[in-house]
Amino acid sequence: MTAALELSGVQKRFGATEIVQGVDLRAEQGERHALIGPNGAGKSVLFHLISGRYRIDAGSVALNGSVITGRKPYEINRRGLSRSFQVTNLFHRLTVFENVRCAVLWSLGYRYSFWRRVEKLADANARAMEIVERTGLASRAHEPAGILSYAEQRALEIGITIAGGASVILLDEPTAGMSRTETEAAVALIRRVTEGRTLLIVEHDMSVVFGLADRISVLVYGKIVATGTPEEIRANAKVREAYLGAEAAHA
Amino acid sequence: MSPAARRRWIVWGGFAAVLVAAPLVFNKGFSLSLLCQMGILIIFALSYNMLLGQTGLLSFGHAVYYGLGAIISIHALNLVQAGWKFPVTLMPLVGGAAGLFFGVIFGYVTTRRAGTTFSMISLGVGEMVAACSLMFPAFFGGEAGVSGNRSAGGAFLGLTYGPQIQIYYLVAAWLLLATAAMYALSRTPLGRMANAVRDNPERAQFVGYDPQHVRFMMVALSGFFAGVAGGLSALNYEIVTAESVSAATSGMVLLATYLGGIGFFAGPIAGAIVVTLMQTALGSVTKAWPFYFGAMFLATVLFVPGGLASVAMLHKRLWDARLVKKAAGVYAIMAVPSVVVLGFAVLLVEMAYNASDESRSAFNALGITLDTTANGTWIAVIALTIAAIAGWRLAWRVASPRWSELGAALAGDRRR
Repeated sequence: MTAALELSGVQKRFGATEIVQGVDLRAEQGERHALIGPNGAGKSVLFHLISGRYRIDAGSVALNGSVITGRKPYEINRRGLSRSFQVTNLFHRLTVFENVRCAVLWSLGYRYSFWRRVEKLADANARAMEIVERTGLASRAHEPAGILSYAEQRALEIGITIAGGASVILLDEPTAGMSRTETEAAVALIRRVTEGRTLLIVEHDMSVVFGLADRISVLVYGKIVATGTPEEIRANAKVREAYLGAEAAHA
Repeated sequence: MSPAARRRWIVWGGFAAVLVAAPLVFNKGFSLSLLCQMGILIIFALSYNMLLGQTGLLSFGHAVYYGLGAIISIHALNLVQAGWKFPVTLMPLVGGAAGLFFGVIFGYVTTRRAGTTFSMISLGVGEMVAACSLMFPAFFGGEAGVSGNRSAGGAFLGLTYGPQIQIYYLVAAWLLLATAAMYALSRTPLGRMANAVRDNPERAQFVGYDPQHVRFMMVALSGFFAGVAGGLSALNYEIVTAESVSAATSGMVLLATYLGGIGFFAGPIAGAIVVTLMQTALGSVTKAWPFYFGAMFLATVLFVPGGLASVAMLHKRLWDARLVKKAAGVYAIMAVPSVVVLGFAVLLVEMAYNASDESRSAFNALGITLDTTANGTWIAVIALTIAAIAGWRLAWRVASPRWSELGAALAGDRRR
């Protein structure tokens, strides 16, 4: 079976510094794959490379078997890969509902049309409303996104990311800066909305990672040092030394 | 009928009724041509707001589409004069087609980048076209312009477009049509994605849209409506000069749009009406009108960045929250001091104009003759102005806590 997402030998340098040094990564269809690693390991950069925000210097990325290396972000999105951002990235003057509706328009084939009224697009409105409800923001649907609380904005961020029906979802630290209860709600939401899709998630909260992921890859200084099930990663000496050990020492 | 649908009928029906009834009230020749000028500027300003308000593109060269639409329309009108069978009623479509054509060409160039770069390129394109208008006098008519005859098509259903009233109803019909079309456009997938691109072009890419293409389409379509306005201006004035593509025209539509309020669809309508009135009505009273116009624009940018429409919205919210009475109290306190300060400011400006005018006549302020060349007059007026400002500040000290209370009450209302 072809992998949902397959990176081979992906490299990226900024000036003289090689931030990503030949990453191979494979996410199977329908699996929840977590990417962990210490600060500055290059996790977010790797997300930017996969989603087309940064150009890849060497190597290739394949989405469901077709190569997407060098494609523009919107082309990659149209092929079924959607991502969220570490820093909340919304259409802040549009309402919650409109934010989500903007995210479903392309996938429903409305493209750049200027002869159809959005109010009359029954499928887009129904789908957007369903997503708003699933993200628990129904009571805020007609508020501008800019005035939501932080946790609500993070939930909307996830809503926008999954709205277009992409088969591969990339979430960049979806629970960063959240309280314990907010994190639990966010994890439940992620579980619900990524059902049947492939998820690649960057996360610092280890309880989230080990609770959610089917497999985990560990990125240290731009290299994958280990990939495996949560049990394997827990038991891996190299990981303990390079990452978990350091984390434990801090605590 | 749903409440929303009923509201829609009331708003658009009311708009149409005003357009039909306006010349019955303002039926003097002067006010009729004023109404035509207003209608044309409204279409132009609404088309500009498709870029500034809806897509977040600050263009310094929007007159290009208006002016080229006008110049091509006047040439088309001269073709009709020479025997081409094309109804003059549809002439704005020729202008629109020209605006769209140049919108596609220049839009492709200008929308490569957004933000400051877009503004700079639009300025460059504007200057380029303005330079061409002087370089190719055969086409643009040079300083003198190209003139035409709007009744060239002869009578059609009794319409010759000779009398101004017929041109008025032509402008009104196109105004209604263009406004409805631009409003509808703002509520299409493209219109909504233009808002999304304005708010966050990066995010728009990650929901499948190419921000550059969205901007390009908005520039091309707003070029169409600017061209319609240009076509109407060709019919209305029967002459098109190089001024119509100039930076001054681009600046004027920017000011009108911003003054009206870029955050609301109807904002530019209010802005266009106020600017036309200032240009003509105020222009006939004082030579200093561009100064007042500039001061008013400055005050808008500084104190009410949402424009006239946001002031109207604020009062609607005060009304809904039953706070109008309290607001009226604040206005009652501030009314007299504000009028006095404004009066002195106007007096100073007018005195300065009078003093600098070689062929000045005696300066008369509310029946008092002032010698604008005497230092004593200036010292006295400046001292009185300072006193007036001090009085205003005293009044504000009383009024400002009440005003803050209103703001807090409204904010609380919103949160609830």
